[in-house]
Amino acid sequence: MSTRASTLTGRIMSAPSIIVLFLWMAVPLGMTIYFSFLRYNLLAPGTEEWIGTLNYEFFLTDPAFFASLANTLILVGSVLVITIVGGILLGLMLDQPIFGRGILRLLVIAPFFIMPTVNALVWKNLLMDPVSGMFAWLASLLGLPAIDWFTNAPLTSIIIMVAWQWLPFAVLILLTALQSLDRDQKEAAQMDGAGPLSIFFYITLPHLSRAITVVVLIETIFLLTVFAEIFVTTGGGPGLATTNIAFLVYTQALLQFDVGGASAGGIVAVILANIVAIFLIRLIGKNLDK
Amino acid sequence: MEKKQTPLSYLSFSAFAWVVGLLIFFPIFWMVLTSFKTELEAVSIPPSFISFDWTLENYAEVQERSNYFKFAMNSVILAVGSTLVGLVFAVTCAWAMAFNPTKRTKDALLWMLSTKMMPPVGVLVPIYLVFRDWGLLDTRFGLIMVLFLMNLPIMVWMLYTYFKEIPTDILEAARMDGATLPKEIIFVLLPMALPGIASTMLLNVILAWNEAFWTLNLTTSDAAPLTAFIASYSSPEGLFWAKLSAASTLAVAPILVIGWFSQKQLVRGLTFGAVK
Repeated sequence: MSTRASTLTGRIMSAPSIIVLFLWMAVPLGMTIYFSFLRYNLLAPGTEEWIGTLNYEFFLTDPAFFASLANTLILVGSVLVITIVGGILLGLMLDQPIFGRGILRLLVIAPFFIMPTVNALVWKNLLMDPVSGMFAWLASLLGLPAIDWFTNAPLTSIIIMVAWQWLPFAVLILLTALQSLDRDQKEAAQMDGAGPLSIFFYITLPHLSRAITVVVLIETIFLLTVFAEIFVTTGGGPGLATTNIAFLVYTQALLQFDVGGASAGGIVAVILANIVAIFLIRLIGKNLDK
Repeated sequence: MEKKQTPLSYLSFSAFAWVVGLLIFFPIFWMVLTSFKTELEAVSIPPSFISFDWTLENYAEVQERSNYFKFAMNSVILAVGSTLVGLVFAVTCAWAMAFNPTKRTKDALLWMLSTKMMPPVGVLVPIYLVFRDWGLLDTRFGLIMVLFLMNLPIMVWMLYTYFKEIPTDILEAARMDGATLPKEIIFVLLPMALPGIASTMLLNVILAWNEAFWTLNLTTSDAAPLTAFIASYSSPEGLFWAKLSAASTLAVAPILVIGWFSQKQLVRGLTFGAVK
């Protein structure tokens, strides 16, 4: 149906969105790349000069970079494992007949809608505070010493908060995928004498593989840049214990005013995210053809 | 599995599932409960569950001390504003891509998606400097633009998947009857796509309301929304748990309601149609 005229209208009408997105992403990205080759500090204006790859050399050999890279990978990896395993289990659970299932499902997905700053402060204070927090009280009931979460296990604390926030996302998507599973297939397998475990590993899990891939990819993209939870609880500390790449770039740019160094860090973050993004875009692109 | 189920196993499994669900929900429940306590009771050990003096004074004080409504208003303006601006751009773009596709449409869609995958820190520095130089720091206009652009790819994608489901015959019939392009979109397409547009808007409001990278970095006070307001409670002297809980409850309540209503559409929007 696309005549030449309608093709033209189509182009004209999709152009504004494409142009503004281009200006929003490509231009600043170009500026970031340019800045990353400059000596550029906001505290010393007028001294900008081309220094080649020096910013990258500094950023990539900075011990803070390795610490924050490790923290980023641990954070992303742990949250992925928790949310995928938890998401499958909760998805299977919510796929069963349960009294009041609709309401129960609402309760389970609620954390996803909580603002990150609220999430962080509620966990840090009401739950994890070593003196008056809920966990400290539970520990005392069991006769255990209270854990000072943010001093002794800062990264673990961040992981718990972020995982709580993202678990519902995995549940929602995996549950949607589970509900599209053909019941007949399961029943046929049951009649052939397959136990629940073999049904899970040979029918359910392969059926979920696509949805799991999508969850892994999308979560990875968001988790690589976790920011607010760190910003309001630990501020990256103690030391560098909870500094991830996103937070490191933020401290360099807006706290140390080192635009050049922060830009180099930003580009490193972009490259890391792109490694994941390529796979996700391919997967979605394939789906588009169907 | 279901056919062999006994009432007993149904009930015991339900009980188990509810315990799990309530545990996951507990932090939210606890936050709401704490918001009705006095500051003293909020930090008391052992914690009190029901037997405390229920009070609304935290809600009053949050408003009095910190002008809560200013921040709430900013959140509303930013979320609604960015959604409406986004809608104008996204509806036209998605319409074009769904009904007048070219060879490049698929590439354009995927390219849009790829901009969403750029970590914001990659462009934080130039955006911050441009905002500073153009006087956009801490302005609602600047933030509406940022939030609109941030969510535009998701809006286009979601609308695209909804528009694709509308039979093209109907649009062609309207065209035969002499409907002009604007009329075709406003009177034929939009009414049919209304549910899809509504859920796109809801998802966008949720994402804009909870956005906490740009709002924290580009605002200080005038344009600061609730994300930044709550973040101000992280300073040690601001640790009043009951008031923090009251402010937090107010901040998440509207989005929780919207989110619950749009949970099904959420999957489509957040997975770019990859899981239906």
